[in-house]
Amino acid sequence: MPSNIPIGPSTLSTFDLPWQILWDKDRCTLCGQCTAVCPVHAIELGVFRKRTVDPAWGSGSKPSTSFSLYYGIRQKTAPANACVGCAMCTLVCPNDAIRPLRAEEDDKLRFHRNQGGQARNRGGRRNVPGTVLDRIKFIRISMLTDPALDAGRHEFEIRTLLGRVLDPEDNLKFLNQNGWIPPVREIYPLVIGSMSFGALSPTMWEGLQMGVAYLNEQMGMPVRMCTGEGGCPPRLLRSRFLKYVILQIASGYFGWDEIIHALPHMKEDPCAIEIKYGQGAKPGDGGLLMWYKVNKLIAAIRGVPPGVSLPSPPTHQTQYSIEESVAKMIQSMYMAWGFRVPVYPKISATSTALAVLNNLVRNPYAGGLGIDGEDGGTGAAYNVSMNHMGHPIASNIRDAYLTLVQSGKQNEIPLIAGGGIGKSGNLAANAAALIMLGASAVQVGKSIMQAAAGCLGSETDRCNICNIGQCPKGITSQDPRLYRRLDPEKVAERLVDVYVSFDTELKKIIAPLGRSTALPIGMSDALGIDDRDVAERLHIQYVV
Amino acid sequence: MCRLFAMSSAEPLSPIVALEALDVMREGHDGSGVGLFLRDLGGPFEEMKDAPILSGIFTEKGLKRLDAYMMNIGFMTKYKLSIKVPKTPPPGVPKRDVYLVRAYEYPEEWENLSFDQIAERLVRIRLELRAMGEAEKDMIVFSFWPDVIMIKEIGEPIQIAEHLKLDRKELKARILMAQGRQNTNYAINLYACHPFFLQGYSTMTNGENTAFVPIREFLQSRNFPGYTGYQSDSEVFTHILHYTITRLGLGIEAYKHVITPLRDEDIARHPDGPMLQQIKHGCRRLIIDGPNCVIGSLPDHSLFMVQDRKKLRPGVVGGKPGCFAFSSEICGLDAAIPDRDKSRDFQPMYLDTAIVGPERQEVTICRQTSPLVHRP
Ligand code: SF4
Ligand code: SF4
Repeated sequence: MPSNIPIGPSTLSTFDLPWQILWDKDRCTLCGQCTAVCPVHAIELGVFRKRTVDPAWGSGSKPSTSFSLYYGIRQKTAPANACVGCAMCTLVCPNDAIRPLRAEEDDKLRFHRNQGGQARNRGGRRNVPGTVLDRIKFIRISMLTDPALDAGRHEFEIRTLLGRVLDPEDNLKFLNQNGWIPPVREIYPLVIGSMSFGALSPTMWEGLQMGVAYLNEQMGMPVRMCTGEGGCPPRLLRSRFLKYVILQIASGYFGWDEIIHALPHMKEDPCAIEIKYGQGAKPGDGGLLMWYKVNKLIAAIRGVPPGVSLPSPPTHQTQYSIEESVAKMIQSMYMAWGFRVPVYPKISATSTALAVLNNLVRNPYAGGLGIDGEDGGTGAAYNVSMNHMGHPIASNIRDAYLTLVQSGKQNEIPLIAGGGIGKSGNLAANAAALIMLGASAVQVGKSIMQAAAGCLGSETDRCNICNIGQCPKGITSQDPRLYRRLDPEKVAERLVDVYVSFDTELKKIIAPLGRSTALPIGMSDALGIDDRDVAERLHIQYVV
Repeated sequence: MCRLFAMSSAEPLSPIVALEALDVMREGHDGSGVGLFLRDLGGPFEEMKDAPILSGIFTEKGLKRLDAYMMNIGFMTKYKLSIKVPKTPPPGVPKRDVYLVRAYEYPEEWENLSFDQIAERLVRIRLELRAMGEAEKDMIVFSFWPDVIMIKEIGEPIQIAEHLKLDRKELKARILMAQGRQNTNYAINLYACHPFFLQGYSTMTNGENTAFVPIREFLQSRNFPGYTGYQSDSEVFTHILHYTITRLGLGIEAYKHVITPLRDEDIARHPDGPMLQQIKHGCRRLIIDGPNCVIGSLPDHSLFMVQDRKKLRPGVVGGKPGCFAFSSEICGLDAAIPDRDKSRDFQPMYLDTAIVGPERQEVTICRQTSPLVHRP
């Protein structure tokens, strides 16, 4: 190493990085697995020169200096190559000779990431651990025999409705007069949230679809998965599995050509159509698929040239206002499927969510409202959007629900809550809390990825390189060398495990409430929290 | 868990029959209250089936306010049953001035009103009186409806019966409903005592209704003034019954479909499947699915009993032509009708609605899987 290392203003030492590689010379066999597996090329084989001084203790011998060379692992410090802490190197090392260690103080890299005037772009979600959902407790637990059911033995029918439910009086009237009754689906309340085909690798997609099909057909759980922006593989569109899929139409309309063309060949209707207006992790942004992931297949399905970044506009540019959008887009989607498929919009949780909701209430077609909170995940977004924008889901969903209650529409427009559910691993507890706050269903993306495919991302900015297509696990990559790491069968298997265990936990929460055939939607009397302000804001009990 | 007892008899009976049946089931209630509902009245009320009867508890001052209010809107007293109580009530029973049972003559200008309009107005008057009473703590109003008397008080059922001398000859009815209350959740309040009543529909329940909050929210947003009060989680059962029959135009056999719908597979096989599916969706917030046994009475003088879906609450119907009883324990039934054919006792299961119609000849069982009789 030259002694005159150029030191510029943005030169960093490994100590300035969020993750430092600890490498043990004595254990390393120099197999090279770690450098081969590292998704960001943070480590390379290095040549080290060692000087040994022999002070010559005995009489007659002279002091001497000798030099030796040895090979080892060197960590790069360029911001583009900074270690992301994924620990893939640790995973493949036969001798446990290497591991990333989180820096004990705040890294300096964060000041140097925006090189070339480019703000930092990453995947994952807001890097703030914990949510208010984790602090909510279920306090209505009967100690006497009264409502408690045996979660393990009673029969449960855990279902929720997706689609516009009419007021019972109108409903029966329309039924008798053969009027149009909006389509309604009975689905499992935990929906796999929109993750697009282009963002996820083909193996991940396949694994999820297989898992969903198994859950439906073998386990009797009507689980649904939403496609994100980018369309849907043509084969799936023409298969009987389409009924387990919610097709999303986002502002980029990517992939919709394919869907429209497949319409005459569809054997089944999709479960529903989701019109995406916003995403909780990056409100105000459209979708973003960076060029790294736009390979030939993705380009073909999306109907674009390969190798270009694909940002969707932040809003549907064809629409002038939410009123128009509700009137026009929702209706035309209904028309496309002969009024047999529920259509609902998804928005980011923001303080304007109620305005959207009020609009939907007046439209007899709106089949629900998806609201995605600030803790939602994404495959690519600006750091600043993810970390500093958005609205927490708990209060947003609560406000929406209470608004519906006020006008007596709480049974009519299902609210689907998303954004950070299961962020700390408490999937069932978070979902149950949101349901009791008023959600009819919840949608999850990242926790499912973490559980079913071993996504390494964490709330302390570990990994989060989903955007550049170098996902070390092969979840969000379109590079066959990477996505072949992921076995779709295993993903499907894990997905089923996750759902079945979620189901058990959800039953444990709702059984003491005596609920078994209807979800405890809006049963806020069962909730408590040890924070007076939160309790007041959410209209739940304050308990300490 | 509260104890329930109801009876439908061709001969007018004293309410004591029901209270004695409650007494044999006594370990199930804790004296935190008793409620009595009498309909199809005998005695002096026999002659005035159409006259609305006001039942409630009043202080002397409240009574004066009531008289002024009723006079003002044109109601004249037609008959009154005065219950004079001894100075010192039994232990645990609050001291009251007047228990009122008073039949009225409708105001003249009501003559040309339809029954629906009258029903609407009667509810409004009851609610107004209740609100007046809550403001000044001088009136508690239970019902205001033709041919119906309701009495509620805190204390041991039998002691209350003696205290109020309920075995008097003027007080007889062909339909009796009584509940001995076991306070589980909320503060003791007379308005929380079963049975509950709304426009001719009355129910009482045991078990805890944990879906109370969403059901209350749903009912309150239906724009009907009668859906109010809710001192007890069980009050919503009466209102759901009222909603099912008066608002949705369904029959009593559909009540169970509203509160405990069939599973989807069963709906798919049901002859009225499409409609039941819509009911299940539209009335989703009314699903109780907690452990409850509901006993109720309809304006046509039928009595019925339904169970929750898991049938965690007991309930039994039995009797002989002319006299049938519904009880939450067999011993209550034994006490009231010992000479019945016990082999014909019926315990409704999770699909059944047991009904004793106005003729009181038999117990009709509606299974939820059978076709609906009434369609809107
Ligand atoms: S932890 Fe991941 S990014 Fe860091 S050196 Fe190891 S493999 Fe590379
Ligand atoms: S493991 Fe893959 S999906 Fe998970 S954070 Fe890293 S890059 Fe993103």
